[in-house]
Amino acid sequence: MLALFENPRLRGGIHAEEHKAETSGVPIALDMPLPKKLYIPVQQHVGKPAEPLVKVGEKVLKGQLLAYSQGTISAPVHAPSSGEIADVMDFPAPHPSALPIRTIIIETDGLDQWQPLKAPDDPFALPAEEICALVGAAGVVGLGGAVFPSAVKLDLGRKNKIHTLLINAGECEPYLTCDDRLMQERAGEIVTGIRLMLRGMNAPEATVGIEDNKPEAFIAMREACAEFANINVVQVPTRYPMGWDRQMLRYLTGREIPADGRATDIGVVIHNVATAHAVYRAVCLNQPLITRVVTVSGSAVAKPQNVEVLIGTLMSEVLDFCAADKSRVARLIMGGPMMGDALPISEVPVVKACNGILALSEQDIEIPEVKPCIRCSTCVTACPVGLLPLEMASRIRANQLDAAVDLGLKDCINCGSCSYVCPSNIPLVHYFKFASGELYKRQQMDHKSEQTKRLIDDRNQRMERIRLEQEAEARRVMEARAARAKEQELAKQKAQQAQQAQQSISEADNKAAVEEVR
Amino acid sequence: MSIKPVSGPHVVAVRSVDSIMRKVIIALLPATAWGIFIFGWPALYLCAVTIFAALLFEAFCLKLKGVAAAPYLRDGSAILTGLLVAMTLPPWAPWWIGVVGAAIAIILGKQVYGGLGQNLFNPAMLARVALLISFPIEMTTWVNVKPILLGPGMMESLSITFSGLTDLDGVTGATTLGAVKTGFSLRQTLPGLLHDYSGILAFIGWERGSLGETSTLLILLGGLWLMREGIIQWRIPLSLLLSIALLSSLFHLIDSQHYLGPWVHLNSGAVMLVAFFIATDYVTSPNTPLGQVIFGAGCGALIFIIRSWGGYPEGTGFAILLMNAVTPLIDHYIRPRIYGRYRNGKPIDVS
Repeated sequence: MLALFENPRLRGGIHAEEHKAETSGVPIALDMPLPKKLYIPVQQHVGKPAEPLVKVGEKVLKGQLLAYSQGTISAPVHAPSSGEIADVMDFPAPHPSALPIRTIIIETDGLDQWQPLKAPDDPFALPAEEICALVGAAGVVGLGGAVFPSAVKLDLGRKNKIHTLLINAGECEPYLTCDDRLMQERAGEIVTGIRLMLRGMNAPEATVGIEDNKPEAFIAMREACAEFANINVVQVPTRYPMGWDRQMLRYLTGREIPADGRATDIGVVIHNVATAHAVYRAVCLNQPLITRVVTVSGSAVAKPQNVEVLIGTLMSEVLDFCAADKSRVARLIMGGPMMGDALPISEVPVVKACNGILALSEQDIEIPEVKPCIRCSTCVTACPVGLLPLEMASRIRANQLDAAVDLGLKDCINCGSCSYVCPSNIPLVHYFKFASGELYKRQQMDHKSEQTKRLIDDRNQRMERIRLEQEAEARRVMEARAARAKEQELAKQKAQQAQQAQQSISEADNKAAVEEVR
Repeated sequence: MSIKPVSGPHVVAVRSVDSIMRKVIIALLPATAWGIFIFGWPALYLCAVTIFAALLFEAFCLKLKGVAAAPYLRDGSAILTGLLVAMTLPPWAPWWIGVVGAAIAIILGKQVYGGLGQNLFNPAMLARVALLISFPIEMTTWVNVKPILLGPGMMESLSITFSGLTDLDGVTGATTLGAVKTGFSLRQTLPGLLHDYSGILAFIGWERGSLGETSTLLILLGGLWLMREGIIQWRIPLSLLLSIALLSSLFHLIDSQHYLGPWVHLNSGAVMLVAFFIATDYVTSPNTPLGQVIFGAGCGALIFIIRSWGGYPEGTGFAILLMNAVTPLIDHYIRPRIYGRYRNGKPIDVS
C-alpha cells in the first residue's frame, strides 16, 4: 500500500485468493455421458422468455428450435440433443430461490442426432445483417454471465458506428477458468468468431483484454491473432473486478461509460470471449448454442476441471461426473465465489449463464463473526466504482434508503470487493441488495398508489363532468321552460291585445252600426 | 447444505479487527520499551496500571450495556487505547493519573458514544487534554532521563508511582517545547534558548518528555512498518508532517529568533506519535483519500499554530480534537468520484 499514486485507470479492486491452478491446467472434458433427461428453461437470457413451439410427445433432433424468441430483446432455445419432448412444465430454476420456471424437458434417445446443418461456404461473404441474424437465430447470449442477447448488441454496434470491439477475457472471479481453457484450446475458433463480430458490426478493430494470470491463454490468443493486424491482444493486471466490462474499458482506453449510458455511447461494444466462440459455431457451423464450458471446482470436488456441458444437464449430474462429495458440500454456487448465486438444491439445470459450478466445503466459506465497523475505509479503497460502502451500509441500517441512494447505491455493481476486504466481516453487499429490493418494492407501491390515485382522480373528474352536464341540462330545461312560459305569456298578451283591439274594433263597429242605424 | 439465502461474496480475506489492533500494538512496543528504558520502573508501572484500568472500564461499560464482554475485550482495542493514553503521560505521573486517563478515554471517549467505531473524538487525545486541563501540575512534571539500571529500583519505584514523590525538584526539568515557551515569555530569543538542545539525541529520544513520545526514530519505524503491513495509509502522516515542516520552515526563515525550525518541531512532543498512531485512527479520521490529506494538513497547521501562538507549549491534543470535530464535515463534502459521473454526481457527457 506504499504505492503513492494509484493508477487513475485502475481504481479499486482486490486481490482474492485465486484457486485457478486446480482447473487451468486440465483440458476441457468432452466425454460427459449423455444425460437421460435434459431440462431447458425457456428463459435463459435477459429479456422476454422464449415461447415453446414443440408439443409433448414430439420427436426433436439435436439443434432443433424448441422455443422461439419473442420481441426485440429475447433469444430462442434449442434442443441440446435428440429425443422426445417429455413435458413442458414448471421446474426449479438455477436461482437462489429455486422457484420453478417454464421448462422444456427432453427425454434423450441416445443417438445425439443433429438436424441437417446448413453451414455457409464462406461465412465472411455473408452480409453483415445476415451474420447478426444467424447469431440471433442460434440463441447466442453473453456467456460471461450477463446473458444479454448478442445479436441485439451486434445490431446496436452496427447502427452506432463503433470503432472498437472489446473482447472481455478478464475472467477475474476466483476458481473460474472456463474462458482461460477455451482460449488455450480453441484460440483459432475464437478469433474467427471475433472477426465475424467485427464484420457483423462493420467495426474496424478489436482488442482482447486478458488478465496477466493467464499467460498460456495470452500466448495462444496472440499467436492466433498474429495474421490479423486489426485484432490486438493485450494483458491487463490481475485485479478483481477486472472482468467488469466498464473497469476493463477504463483500463484499456482511459475512458468511462456515462452512468446513464452504454458502451456504444463512446464507440465501443464489449463481448465476452466465450460469446465469440459461440458466434463462430453459430455462423460457421450453423450450430445453435446448446453447450457451454463450465468450471467445476471447489474443495468438495475430487476431480476439479472444465467440462463442456449440454445446456439443460442437471448440476447434480455434472457434480457426479467430477466426483463431488455431496456430504462435504456446504454451499453450492453457480458462477464465481464473488458474485455467484448460492443454490439451495443441485437438481437444477445448467443454463447459458452458468460459467461455474462450485461445491465449496465448510472451510472454504468460513466467515468469522461480524464486528462493528471501525471505519477503516478499506472498503472505500476497494470499491471500483468510487462509492462509500461503509456510509451506505450505515444509512441502510438506519433505514435511510434515500440517503443511501444519494451516496450512489444505484451505481453499485454488487461486485463484493467491499465485503471481501472488510476486517469486521460486515455483509455489505447483503445490505445493498436488501436496500435495492426495498427500493424496488417501494417503487412498486408508489406505482400502485399512483395508479389508484389516477383512477380516483379519473372517477372524480367523471363525476364532476356528469354533475356539470346534469346541471347544464337542468338549466337548459329550466331556460327552455322559462322561455316557453314567456312565449306563452307573450302569446297570451298578444291574444288579449288582439282581443281588446278586436273588441274595440267591434265596439267601434257597433258604435258605427248604431250610428248608422240612427 | 444451507438453504438460508446468502449473497456473495462467498469467500473473504483473512484480515480481522483483532489482527489490526494487534499489529498497531506491536508497532508501538519499541517506543514504549524505550520509554521504560530511559525513565525506569515507574514508567512500566504507569503503563501497566493504565492498560489494566482501561480493560476494567471497558468490561464495566460492556456489562452495563448488557453484552458479552469477552469478544470485545479480546479485540485489543481497549489495550491499545490504554497503551496510547499511557504513552502520552509524564513517565513518573502517579497511578491515579493513569486510572483517570483510562476512565476518560474508555468511558467518555468511547463507550458513551456506543463503543468501538462510534466515537467522534480520539479517546487517548481526549484523555490527554482533559488531564492536562484538570491536573496541570502532575501533567507537566517531566522527569529527567534516567535509564532503568541507574534510576530508582523496583521497590522504590513502586512508591514513586503509587504514593507519590514529595520532592521531585532534583530530578525534573522542562521539555524542549516548554523551555522555549517559558524563555519567550522572559523575552529570551531563539538560538540561545536551545543551547543544550541536541537534534540527534531528540531524534533518538534521549530527552525529557512523555513516556512513549520521545523517540522519533522508533515511532517512525513502527509507523513505517504499519504502512508496509497495509494497516495505515501514507496520506495522513505525510500531510501532517509536511504541513508542520512547511509552516515552521517558512516562519523560521522570516523570524528565526522567535520561531522554532522544522527539525525541532518534528522531533519534539507528540508529533510523531500523533502523525502515525493518533491522526490515523480509523474511527475519527475521514475515509476518503482527499479527505485524509485535508485532515492531516489541518492537524499539522493547528499544531504549529497552537505551539507558536497558543498558551500551551504543546498543541497536538487540541489540534487532533479540533480536526476530529471537523471530520464529519470533511466526510460530508469530500466524496470520491463515482464511475461514469462527474464529481457533482451528474453522468459524464460524451456527446
